[in-house]
Amino acid sequence: MNLRKTVPLLIYILFLLVPIYWLLNMSFKSNTEILGGLTLWPQQFTLDNYRVIFTDPSWYSGYINSLYYVCLNTVISLSVALPAAYAFSRYRFLGDKHLFFWLLTNRMAPPAVFLLPFFQLYSSIGLFDTHIAVALAHCLFNVPLAVWILEGFMSGVPKEIDETAYIDGYSFPRFFVKIFVPLIASGIGVTAFFCFMFSWVELLLARTLTSVNAKPIAAVMTRTVSASGIDWGVLAAAGVLTIIPGMLVIWFVRNHVAKGFALGRV
Amino acid sequence: MEWMAWTLPTALFFAAIAVMLMGMTVLELRRPCAERRGFLPIVTTRGDRLFIGLLVSAYLHLVVIGLTDWNLWVASLLSLAWLLVVLRWG
Amino acid sequence: MNKVKNNKAWWLVLPVFLLVAFSAVIPMMTVVNYSVQDIFDQSSRYFVGADWYRQVLQDPRLHDSLLRQFIYSACVLLIEIPLGIAIALTMPAKGRWSSLCLIVMAIPLLIPWNVVGTIWQIFGRADIGLLGASLNQLGINYNYASNTMDAWVTVLVMDVWHWTSLVALLCYSGLRAIPDVYYQAARIDRASAWAVFRHIQLPKMKSVLLIAVMLRFMDSFMIYTEPFVLTGGGPGNATTFLSQTLTQMAVGQFDLGPAAAFSLIYFLIILLVSWLFYTAMTHTDKQ
Repeated sequence: MNLRKTVPLLIYILFLLVPIYWLLNMSFKSNTEILGGLTLWPQQFTLDNYRVIFTDPSWYSGYINSLYYVCLNTVISLSVALPAAYAFSRYRFLGDKHLFFWLLTNRMAPPAVFLLPFFQLYSSIGLFDTHIAVALAHCLFNVPLAVWILEGFMSGVPKEIDETAYIDGYSFPRFFVKIFVPLIASGIGVTAFFCFMFSWVELLLARTLTSVNAKPIAAVMTRTVSASGIDWGVLAAAGVLTIIPGMLVIWFVRNHVAKGFALGRV
Repeated sequence: MEWMAWTLPTALFFAAIAVMLMGMTVLELRRPCAERRGFLPIVTTRGDRLFIGLLVSAYLHLVVIGLTDWNLWVASLLSLAWLLVVLRWG
Repeated sequence: MNKVKNNKAWWLVLPVFLLVAFSAVIPMMTVVNYSVQDIFDQSSRYFVGADWYRQVLQDPRLHDSLLRQFIYSACVLLIEIPLGIAIALTMPAKGRWSSLCLIVMAIPLLIPWNVVGTIWQIFGRADIGLLGASLNQLGINYNYASNTMDAWVTVLVMDVWHWTSLVALLCYSGLRAIPDVYYQAARIDRASAWAVFRHIQLPKMKSVLLIAVMLRFMDSFMIYTEPFVLTGGGPGNATTFLSQTLTQMAVGQFDLGPAAAFSLIYFLIILLVSWLFYTAMTHTDKQ
């Protein structure tokens, strides 16, 4: 490592971390201190902001709702994408390229376009304000993404493995579950990570499709704006808490993510 | 189905698209097509040409609506002609 | 890899097809239906043909937001792609530092988009934010809530903060795929750092770069949450981009017809651009 490379990199990392530090700093201050003047670290360290979130059901249920539909979405996306990605990586079939392109356009389509009909669709089949509605809506962009990433990983597995297994008398479902899935475990991990991430960060659809029972944390956060102004401390604390699940997930898959990026399929 | 607010023209439009897709499927099963290069700068299959044709037709309609006072049928006829040209020589 | 032709593979794709068709085709059909009618409620709706399209295509508000959107996406690409490449080149190749870099750089990607907006809102405000307060201390009159230029710069810096890491991580993985032999050959030829970049690194990064450009273009083209939280589209309409205009129309004013027509035009733009990228991508794969 030489200096000419390290310094710009450190500046960039500093640029990434300072705004996050400011949020963290803010979350440990009381509102009087926040509005009283600029302090680089909390003068009167307080956990009150976090206490508000953990004791008020309307706050912490937002986290539970978000985690619930995100996990549901990850499970649905993975379970339908696995066989499809296998088909795309192993076989040529009628219209395969067009189907793949059509799937990708859904990853690219702006959620705002689907906002209105989604609202009508889920209201008319009685799914409005349920977790499954948000999970299904997020499938629109997560399923194509999952197929795309998994297909890359599966193409890396030599086809001889499939053929040997079939000669040994494995049926397709048994081969798939017993041999193939363990082989691409890291690929599944990376895919789960990205499904989790994109569902976790999305707000527009999640907010529109819910009102009370399945309200995501991102929508709850708008509550901090009240008649007496914005409750900055609680807002910052809520923000810090939304970063944590993502950090946990990336910690678990840190060794696989580089591999996932290596395929260029993110 | 009531909330989808169907009308006759849009129903016909989607029926036409569905028929086209089914026709392409049957044709592909009967007589698989080879990739080839026509006046378009890339190698295309029959399906690609249909897609390009339809996409350009959609833009053509938008241009006619947005920039001119012509009747919409002009755009539709032009599109149909373009679609045939692109499918045959594209 | 040589693939076997087998139409039975459709059975494996069927669940995905049905699921995506349910959440893409049915809404799309509905949008088309809405776009040709004037809808008051379920029972009273009238066929209006292409009127909404004409209205939307000639609406100056949409021209403005479309123009802003293209300028914004262009700025995002022009800043983030070179910066991302530069960052990727400075990252250490292996060891503990490289995985630490990877993790730190991935953090902004995992923050919910509204929280990204909140972070920059708190960071940029002149009274309580580090950035805003220090800029004002330096004598620069900075206020993103009232000055158009400041709002634009803040939204752009926020996007750079949020997404440059994605470009950098993609390029980084592309760089790691270059065998050492290439670098050794370059050293023997006494190639300059620029020549190494121009003739070895850049060509090898071509496919990942294409993906990076595509993802950044698409995602910046549909940006909604971050500027909405940060500036609310203001001051005036200065940072109101396409998605926000559309959302205002659809959910705020409940103008079903024009919003639907607008959605379709928006979607057609996306469809054309993603087709161009996809074609370019599959063609570079073949070479």
